[in-house]
Amino acid sequence: MLPKQEVVAMLLAGGQGSRLGVLTKKLAKPAVPYGGKYRIIDFPLSNCVNSGIETVGVLTQYQPLILNDYIGSGQPWDLDRLDAGVHVLPPYQHIDGSDWYKGTANAIYQNMNFIERYHPDYVVILSGDHIYKMDYSKMVAFHKEHHAACTIAEIEVPMEEASRFGILNTYEDGTIYEFDEKPKQPKSNKASMGIYVFSWDKLRKYLTEDEANPNSSNDFGGDVLPAMLGAGEKMMAYEFSGYWKDVGTIDSLWESNMDLLNPKVPLDLSDESWKIYSRNPTLPPHYISNEAHVQNALIAEGCNIYGELDSSIVFEDVTIGKGAVVRDSIVMPGAKIEEGATVQYAIIGEQAIIKNHAEVGKRPENMENLEQWGLTVVGGSYVVAPHTVVPPKTMLDADDQKEEI
Amino acid sequence: MRGNNVVGVLFSNVHDDKIRELTEKRTIASVPFGSRYRLIDFPLSNMVNSGISKVGVVTKSNFQSLMDHLGSGKAWDLSRKRDGLFFLPPFDKQDRDISNSRIEALDSIRRFLVTSKEDYVLLSDCDIVCNIPYHEVIEAHIRNQADITAIYHHGVIPQHMSEPTVYNVEENGSLRDMLIHPKVDGLCNYGLNMYVINRTLLIELIEDCVSRNMYNFNRDFIQRNMFQYRFYCYEFKGYSKVICSTQDYFQANMDLLNPDIKAQLFQSDKPIYTKVRDDMPARYGLGSNVNQSLVADGCVIEGEVQNCILFRGVKVAKGAKLKNCVIMQDTCIGTDCNLQNVITDKDVVIQDGRSFMGTDTYPVFISKGSIV
Repeated sequence: MLPKQEVVAMLLAGGQGSRLGVLTKKLAKPAVPYGGKYRIIDFPLSNCVNSGIETVGVLTQYQPLILNDYIGSGQPWDLDRLDAGVHVLPPYQHIDGSDWYKGTANAIYQNMNFIERYHPDYVVILSGDHIYKMDYSKMVAFHKEHHAACTIAEIEVPMEEASRFGILNTYEDGTIYEFDEKPKQPKSNKASMGIYVFSWDKLRKYLTEDEANPNSSNDFGGDVLPAMLGAGEKMMAYEFSGYWKDVGTIDSLWESNMDLLNPKVPLDLSDESWKIYSRNPTLPPHYISNEAHVQNALIAEGCNIYGELDSSIVFEDVTIGKGAVVRDSIVMPGAKIEEGATVQYAIIGEQAIIKNHAEVGKRPENMENLEQWGLTVVGGSYVVAPHTVVPPKTMLDADDQKEEI
Repeated sequence: MRGNNVVGVLFSNVHDDKIRELTEKRTIASVPFGSRYRLIDFPLSNMVNSGISKVGVVTKSNFQSLMDHLGSGKAWDLSRKRDGLFFLPPFDKQDRDISNSRIEALDSIRRFLVTSKEDYVLLSDCDIVCNIPYHEVIEAHIRNQADITAIYHHGVIPQHMSEPTVYNVEENGSLRDMLIHPKVDGLCNYGLNMYVINRTLLIELIEDCVSRNMYNFNRDFIQRNMFQYRFYCYEFKGYSKVICSTQDYFQANMDLLNPDIKAQLFQSDKPIYTKVRDDMPARYGLGSNVNQSLVADGCVIEGEVQNCILFRGVKVAKGAKLKNCVIMQDTCIGTDCNLQNVITDKDVVIQDGRSFMGTDTYPVFISKGSIV
């Protein structure tokens, strides 16, 4: 029998992230590169370890190969443990047949046997689509203190954006009395962060009931949480203040990356006391040549910079050629920007090549019609031919390119 | 293919005295080098990339930093059930001085050598920066049915090399003659102190040397035996830099700014592994000005940097000017500092407005943890 773990974390990492378009065509959203060397999943995994949670189940479904490889034994996060550690949990076949994960709640339901092994008191449910640093142990302590059945983390969002979120309406002591999923007229600006702490006996009960209900869509937000509230369970909102950003869209992914360049944004990834761990590539230090000009940038290892770089995030093993200009952009691992090319307001996918003198994206101030402006995305392994112009708001997919050839 | 019948042995302390400033608190093997490495990363990665999966690291003194760096050997893929990394600290024998002789070192690891099953042993020091395909040396050794193969480089003997060996080689690679510290001008074949030796022969010859109280490796082991066995030489043609002085150390770092040399040392199919440190990518501030430099993760640069090697976690404040410097891990350079030809060891703090000028042949060295 495995030793008891007071807290087990379950990380929902099966989502497709379809709004990220070509960036999530071949990999699940939690595996999307972020911040020059990380992948989104590094944040919840590092938060777990830093919070003292050493048992993590990662539920995968959509395009799991890269994510599985990335997690591996869990060693980069210190999650390669004898009796605990990180476990990848894909859907599986059982005696009564087999099912994909139908919804978030169903994914946890199908893995109840995994949770049971550890006899936990509490289960933390996390998702792999946010950038934030959070001490889950404080939230669990809050949950215990209030003898709640479920605690949901909440964050204040600007009132005008509140209708995009699931809003928690609470009494003054933090007790939730109503969920408002994407309300047209929000009563408050306290949004759910999609982070839940459950007392395990309660969660087990409601998951089992939810599964037995043929009308349920087996989702936490839509089914399980309302059912618990309806049954009069004590549900608390846990206030979180700090940096938190959903990176589920091209624009928000870009913005969140750019936030790392802004000293006013409270997201310090070099904080010794709350490190964000990741799998490190084996590459030499990066090289800035004599003719290069770099400012306001993040650059990872193995890069060779010969051109101009301004307000950009550059991942490992990227080459920026002589006379090339990269501004306000994200360049993902292994990409090449050749001589004289210009990349502005763009996301360049892994291993993509921008051939010489090509022009990708445009500055908004240079647009005649701002309506036509948007970020340009060049998908992984796409090759932009020399001297071509890729207009703003374009999304290029390497698979289309193969068909053309 | 794994397991190529070779066991590697690295001497981590030999030549410690050559760069005294840097080895005051560490072995030569753990001297930081090239923005993110330690010297031992080069021979160790070369061995791993050549398919050697069992490596013994012989230590004598000051090896805390080395142990900390190597850990379980995981970063070099040497943390394994079969074979892997073996740390070989001194084994106390009371009647013996602690010196830096390779013969003594090999005698002290006799058990390691005897219990190894591999037919060949590859010996190397840790003071040479190169990316050498050891598997080719081993192939040549086997093809020649050699007993001993020595690796040499054709060039000018590095000025401060201690007891350099010079090889006179036949066309087929067999040894004609070997001299120790001869008077030579110009180009010659000087030894890199790397040898492939048949394991049983190595054990036998070491026992013989010890029983005769002979402890000079080059004279008593190599030179005394060289005509009695099949002795071959292998020329390594790539970039190699023997680090025999602080100047050499400085120059070897600066060499990395030469793209050709950098490309020779860091090849994507033969990477140099090192200990992982989870730092964020280097941050360049608004108005930073960096040229012709190597920069590691975790650096925060706001000032001017030219022709420098910056290690992990170095901070360069606004208005600071660095030229031709080697700045090791976690050093903080204050605002408006002016540094030229300076080496700072780890964790140095240079306070605002300070200025240090060395010359390219005599760099200023600031020792570990200093606050100046």
